[in-house]
Amino acid sequence: MKKKSFIKDIMKNPVSYLMLLPAAVYSLAFGYCTIPYMAIAFQKYSYRGGLLGSEWVGLRNFEFFFKSNDVLRIILNTIKLNLLFITFTTLSAVTLAILVNEVGKRRFKKIAQSCYLLPYFLSWAIVSYILNAIIGSRYGIANSFLQFLGLERINFYVQPKYWTAILVILKVWKDLGMQMVIYLAAITGFDEEVYEAAAIDGAGRFQMCRYITLPMLMPTVVMLTIMAVGKVFYGDFGMIYAIVGDNGVLYDATDVIDTYVFRTMRTIGSPSQAMAISLFQACMGFVCVWGTNYLAKKKFSEGALF
Amino acid sequence: MRARKKITPGKILIYIVVTLVACFCLLPLVLVVAVSFTAEEEIIRNGYSLIPGRLSLEAYKMLFKNGKEVFRCYINSVVVTAAGTVLATMITAMASYSLANPSVQYRNAISMFFFVTMVFNGGMVPWYIMCKNLGLTENYLALLIPSLIFSPFNLFLMRNYMQQLPASLMESAKLDGANDGVIAFRIYFPLCKPILATVALFYGIAYWNDWWNAIMLVSDSKMYPIQYYLMKLRSDQNFMKQLQSAGVAGRGAFAPSESLQMATAAITIGPIVLLYPFLQKYIVKGLVIGSVKG
Repeated sequence: MKKKSFIKDIMKNPVSYLMLLPAAVYSLAFGYCTIPYMAIAFQKYSYRGGLLGSEWVGLRNFEFFFKSNDVLRIILNTIKLNLLFITFTTLSAVTLAILVNEVGKRRFKKIAQSCYLLPYFLSWAIVSYILNAIIGSRYGIANSFLQFLGLERINFYVQPKYWTAILVILKVWKDLGMQMVIYLAAITGFDEEVYEAAAIDGAGRFQMCRYITLPMLMPTVVMLTIMAVGKVFYGDFGMIYAIVGDNGVLYDATDVIDTYVFRTMRTIGSPSQAMAISLFQACMGFVCVWGTNYLAKKKFSEGALF
Repeated sequence: MRARKKITPGKILIYIVVTLVACFCLLPLVLVVAVSFTAEEEIIRNGYSLIPGRLSLEAYKMLFKNGKEVFRCYINSVVVTAAGTVLATMITAMASYSLANPSVQYRNAISMFFFVTMVFNGGMVPWYIMCKNLGLTENYLALLIPSLIFSPFNLFLMRNYMQQLPASLMESAKLDGANDGVIAFRIYFPLCKPILATVALFYGIAYWNDWWNAIMLVSDSKMYPIQYYLMKLRSDQNFMKQLQSAGVAGRGAFAPSESLQMATAAITIGPIVLLYPFLQKYIVKGLVIGSVKG
């Protein structure tokens, strides 16, 4: 079939195009129309003057960022936290998926799965309450427990050294179920015959797991990991801000690029400086996504995003 | 299979580990609920605990009596979530029908148009300027529209599902003279109930859990959704503590009691936990389809 012109296609399917309209308008407004505004990184943007009426200042906003003492800290924090999140969530999710797969009883399996998945649907705001109930300085049960053991109580909220671990545990707690469901679905899809053949050859459950399940699961693991690594420059703002908030004492361990951009914009009130950092992040992010996608394409042709 | 039925120590160990992890996932939630039912003096004396020493409904009574502010925010969340879920699901369903419609020749290009926004956009600052330009600040629309009302991820989820329906369905309806609107609403959407439920659920949870729009776009506390109210409650309380330790505010200054805070958190988790068992299968299905094919 020859391709019609776009206008003709619209004339032929008016109702279909009409139904596309709301989604298209939204994507245009909040997707494409935001892109020109990235230029304010090179301006001293004022909300009144708008994009065209603001003064251009060249690279001064970038200078502000790269000369500040925070730059190295927040970049390293972002990458470090993300890599830890990826490592620990993947490891525990894969292990758990394999274990749950070994469980024979369907009901048990289902209930367990539901339990794991529940935290994924809670907001970080709620998680911050839960965390406070556990490690809160006055009434938290962790502190009650420490006292019970005859140890000193710890005021976690003023000691950054604990926070990398706390954030990793929270992330694993929240995302474990989601990832586990994906891996479990992959395992359930494996060909049953392979296992039967192995059983005839006298392989035990552990051997099957080591030599069949794990190797067959690897492509999925690698694919999801590659995709996650592509986003390594993007901190989880919702998580960090809901849990740490404006508690400056903890910034050494918890401050990431996204929270820093937010503060620059809201507290310091400088959208242009915030945009400069954000633009730097977008560029690094772009390189990462492109790189990991290239890797994915090379390794498995269906694994690539685009 | 005989080998599977045998109970071995390994099997028992697996069951124990799987159960322990389930407890690890659930107990923190139980803790919040338990504290909300604990008498205040009990908390002050012994701290939080999983098993309340003395049960008390005091926190909930107080919530119902004086919780005007809480209920306002709660209603805000309920209304925004309900309206948003319906609108968002509708917008997504209509768009995915058009993208699954083979007579739309530019459907792949249009899919690309949506996909690009998923990978590449201006970020937080331009997004905020856009909302300001469109007048989406300081009103309820600001809680409803930005970042929540449409997600390309859900669009592709639904489009993939619709593409699997037989094409003859559409052709025969067209021969009978039905237009695309009728086909979509009368034939396709009823057939897509499972995926509609999944997508509606994703949108609903995103709306219910959202505080980002409130923190960025709304400053009037009357419009806060419950999630943002919770965050504010905690940061205000930390502020109060600092004031108290600095000796500025007296002991009598207002600070919501511990169990009251947890009761507020508990009623916020409420809808999700209560609906969860019924909706669980849709969630699992959606996650699996989305992650494998998306």
